[in-house]
Amino acid sequence: MANILVIAEHDAGQLKLATLSALGFAAQTAATTHGVYDVLVIGAQMGTTAESLRAYGARQVLVADAAPLQSPLADRHAWVIEAVVKQRDYGIVVAAASTFTKDILPRAAALLDAGMLSDVVGVSRTDDDLVFKRVMYAGNVLATVTLAGDLKFLTIRAAAFAPVVAGTTLSPVEQIPLPAGPMPDLAEYGGREAKVAGRPDATEARVVVSGGRAIKNAEDFERLVGGLADALGGAVGSSRALVDSGITPNSLQIGQTGKIVAPDLYLAVGISGAIQHLAGIKDSKVIVAINKDADAPIFEIADYGLVADVYTAVPELTAQLKQ
Amino acid sequence: MKILVPLKRVPDPDTKIRLKPDGTGVETDGVKFSVNPFDAIALEEALRLEEKLGEMDIVVVSIGGEASIEQLRVGLAMGAQRALLIKTGAALDSLAVAKILAAVYQREQPDFVLMGKQAIDDDANQTGQMLAALLGIGQATFVSRLELVEQRTRARCARETDAGLESITVKLPAIITADLRLNEPRYVSLPGIMKAKKKPLEELELEALGVAAVARTTVLHYEAPPSRQAGVRVPTVEALVDKLKNEAKVI
Ligand SMILES: Cc1cc2nc3c(=O)[nH]c(=O)nc-3n(C[C@H](O)[C@H](O)[C@H](O)COP(=O)(O)OP(=O)(O)OC[C@H]3O[C@@H](n4cnc5c(N)ncnc54)[C@H](O)[C@@H]3O)c2cc1C
Repeated sequence: MANILVIAEHDAGQLKLATLSALGFAAQTAATTHGVYDVLVIGAQMGTTAESLRAYGARQVLVADAAPLQSPLADRHAWVIEAVVKQRDYGIVVAAASTFTKDILPRAAALLDAGMLSDVVGVSRTDDDLVFKRVMYAGNVLATVTLAGDLKFLTIRAAAFAPVVAGTTLSPVEQIPLPAGPMPDLAEYGGREAKVAGRPDATEARVVVSGGRAIKNAEDFERLVGGLADALGGAVGSSRALVDSGITPNSLQIGQTGKIVAPDLYLAVGISGAIQHLAGIKDSKVIVAINKDADAPIFEIADYGLVADVYTAVPELTAQLKQ
Repeated sequence: MKILVPLKRVPDPDTKIRLKPDGTGVETDGVKFSVNPFDAIALEEALRLEEKLGEMDIVVVSIGGEASIEQLRVGLAMGAQRALLIKTGAALDSLAVAKILAAVYQREQPDFVLMGKQAIDDDANQTGQMLAALLGIGQATFVSRLELVEQRTRARCARETDAGLESITVKLPAIITADLRLNEPRYVSLPGIMKAKKKPLEELELEALGVAAVARTTVLHYEAPPSRQAGVRVPTVEALVDKLKNEAKVI
């Protein structure tokens, strides 16, 4: 069966770990369909990024490396993907789900008249086709789906596929020239708001501490949620309630319409457990809830629940962890 | 200026999703339906642009059965001038919807399209991007701030990304998809509902649009995801630390 193209994601050259899960999906799927997989990285000055992708069993590491590709603009990225897919023979184009890949992959899919599935969490093979599992309705429904057509676009949930393991054989790197014809120029990138440095991204961290409406202001969030996260070397996250009230930035939101996380340990601090929030944390290994309402729905899915006021319990917990 | 706003009929976000016992779909009997929340945000933004910049032609469009008229009426009651229903009973997916919307776009010739970033039923988050590709125009997705600049020839947008807020200026016409923080949609008022009754609502058979839009995705089966079991309550912070260290071994 047909070959797979994995789209790598990086942040200014730094490879996103979720890419390794997309490669894991590709390795697993290629093994059952007797195909091979390539990985494509798009950007400017991609030398080291391409190098960092060589140990993962790809037939080739393809690099579209050019100054006009520096900004993460969908029009140009989709244009490159379209050209690469047209030149080579792929049956699947896949990336780990993120705001970056969800911006560019559907655009590339439509340019190639291909259908797409988002947030795939499982794949299996039938006689002549692949059958996928994906989540819908804020994680309330697991659907078994097929996608017709010789070319399929997918985003996968990183948490659902084991990252590919590095091997000793190095994949060859091939430079992809910019496609012929005029370069799309539909948008201008204006940069990104400086990210608060120092803590890992919630989608990549082993421990995530999230705060909810119980937290009254930004200082308390930093002291309680930030303090606990730092004691555990973890990332911070928040419910939408705190984003709405301006206490936390949107990039911290976890849930159906925010980030999907699957850490070893997720601590929900003063979060009620609305279905939309749970949609983003269900795959966590261990969930801890601290909430003063013994009937809060979060306790129905938490492995460990502590009924307490977060303003007293969290500082105490942080102090004990520091000992 | 003319703004096209697609509205999708979806189960209300506050209803509990129940599966049909035979796994063929989601129970729709007795379920409250609403305008997809992100689409309502998109429409609200169009209305706010009109309030700020003066008269606009805001057209809401929905694709589906007669039932979607309910959502179009909500759109009209919020303040849209005109509604269009593309009637079809066919199962559609994002690409099929994008193809239909592309035909609607050609017919309506709007200055831009404002739409939700995803529908809360299939959670696909694809249609806007696909529509932009089919039309060969720009896109600004997951937008939480929108401003028309350079004599309304461009839209300057803030986008919500995993790494934080990004700024992008896109040429018009373009597809702009709304994220939650863009605004908080107004409630429909009684006078709004009364006025909506007099506004034009056109129904058009999908066939009349001349688009071949066949879904490539087929859902074979629906099931509940494996559910997490409730764990244990711990009485104290010490007990919690002990469990995490010695039982779960995660710290
Ligand atoms: C379309 C749509 C998409 C959405 N997407 C998301 C999403 O992606 N992510 C998300 O999180 N939400 C999302 N929501 C919102 C979601 O429905 C909830 O409103 C939100 O998650 C609630 O946040 P919360 O738990 O912090 O607040 P609340 O529900 O208000 O809960 C606060 C909790 O804190 C507890 N508490 C208060 N004070 C204390 C104290 N001192 N000590 C201990 N406990 C205390 C209370 O008992 C309560 O359980 C979405 C909603 C819609 C309609």
